[in-house]
Amino acid sequence: MAATGWQVGTITATESASTRVQLFQLSPQNPFPFTAGQHIDVRLTAPDGYQAQRSYSISSNPTNYDVLELAIEKIADGEVSSYLHEYGAVGSQVEVRGPIGGPFTLKSGCQEPVLFIAGGIGIAPLMAMLRHRESFGILEKSTLLYSARTLDDLVFSQELFKMADQDGLSFVPTLTRESPDGWNDRSGNRLGRFDPNILKSLLDRHNVMPQRSYLCGGTQFVESLSSALVDAGLDPGTIRTERFGP
Amino acid sequence: MISNPFFGRKRPEPSRPVPPGQYLEDGFPVLSAGPTPRVDLTTWQFSITKNGESLGEWSWEQLNELPQTDLLTDLHCVTKWSKHDTNWRGVTFDTLFKHAGISDRTGFVMAHCDGGYTTNLPLPDILNGMGMLAHTYEGEPLAPEHGGPVRLLVPHLYLWKSAKWVNRIDLLDSDVPGFWEQYGYHMYGDPWKEQRYHGD
Repeated sequence: MAATGWQVGTITATESASTRVQLFQLSPQNPFPFTAGQHIDVRLTAPDGYQAQRSYSISSNPTNYDVLELAIEKIADGEVSSYLHEYGAVGSQVEVRGPIGGPFTLKSGCQEPVLFIAGGIGIAPLMAMLRHRESFGILEKSTLLYSARTLDDLVFSQELFKMADQDGLSFVPTLTRESPDGWNDRSGNRLGRFDPNILKSLLDRHNVMPQRSYLCGGTQFVESLSSALVDAGLDPGTIRTERFGP
Repeated sequence: MISNPFFGRKRPEPSRPVPPGQYLEDGFPVLSAGPTPRVDLTTWQFSITKNGESLGEWSWEQLNELPQTDLLTDLHCVTKWSKHDTNWRGVTFDTLFKHAGISDRTGFVMAHCDGGYTTNLPLPDILNGMGMLAHTYEGEPLAPEHGGPVRLLVPHLYLWKSAKWVNRIDLLDSDVPGFWEQYGYHMYGDPWKEQRYHGD
């Protein structure tokens, strides 16, 4: 479970996932097994020796760990994300180490139903879990609540709608800043922020208490919704959180 | 390995350096493995234990009656951000040990918290003014998401050692890994030596 030392990782493919998010397929020189939900550290070094490091969740299925997928949002003034968006072309190399993180992972013995809640790019570690959940037999009774500003920001939406149609994922996306044509045609789709009341009504409607919950998103998003889950009667020990942003 | 053409962002010369791999942050990010626990100050208690015995116990009122210490310090989180010039108020472990008449000066401690979090530290690292129970941040009661009502503050180590919602420290003869340490984080966590993970 401990992280490897620093090693070279080569970018093998890139894809635009939204206006602000780029997907990078990254192949570490010495691949390491990881658990869905873990992250890696990426390090850049300038000619004067200055180094910048950031952590990025792995969004790919751990079944194939030769290549790691990172979904990286370009942060204003973010020196690592900006560099990767601009210069992270196929064949370019960065230093990486991993896997890192433990409590925010999909564990064997994880019981249904599982609740996933993503705010924005917080979908990244949850995507690895959703892609891997078949291995844990939690295919049928998983719910994903996913909040994004716009349909464009709803990264991985095509794959998630497909999971909902074909693999029984209960997928409830919400858009907070736009209402695209046809959005309301799908019954699970919502508009506006998830707030504690909406969360409570969604839990009531499904009439099952999640046995395990994973929340990832901005600080206030995770703080407010994890607190709402406790209010709804969930055991705090079953709620796992990961937050980003000041 | 040089990452061409990486030069880093234009960085104003900080008033003092940050540890390797860290960047300066103006905000105060929150990192917790679970929901923020709800702590009731009317029943809150902090204790120091050893071999299952209590060596000292303080209620919220009793903690506030002890001599208070102000601390201006820098914070370094293993997730790469550092924050300069943060102001804290609380009770040092020197004060607590003196008040309870505890003479131990060597060995290790395990900090225990509401929510089940633990972290391990050498005992000398929380004595001699290096560690406190902090309850006030920038003149305000410490916010729950930042560990309020009371968190450990051991600012010369990475911030995961400054356990939020701390309610007990247990004195130990040997060093035992806590919550993050069991997941591969460093047993000691000196930011200036970049001791992030096991083996660093």
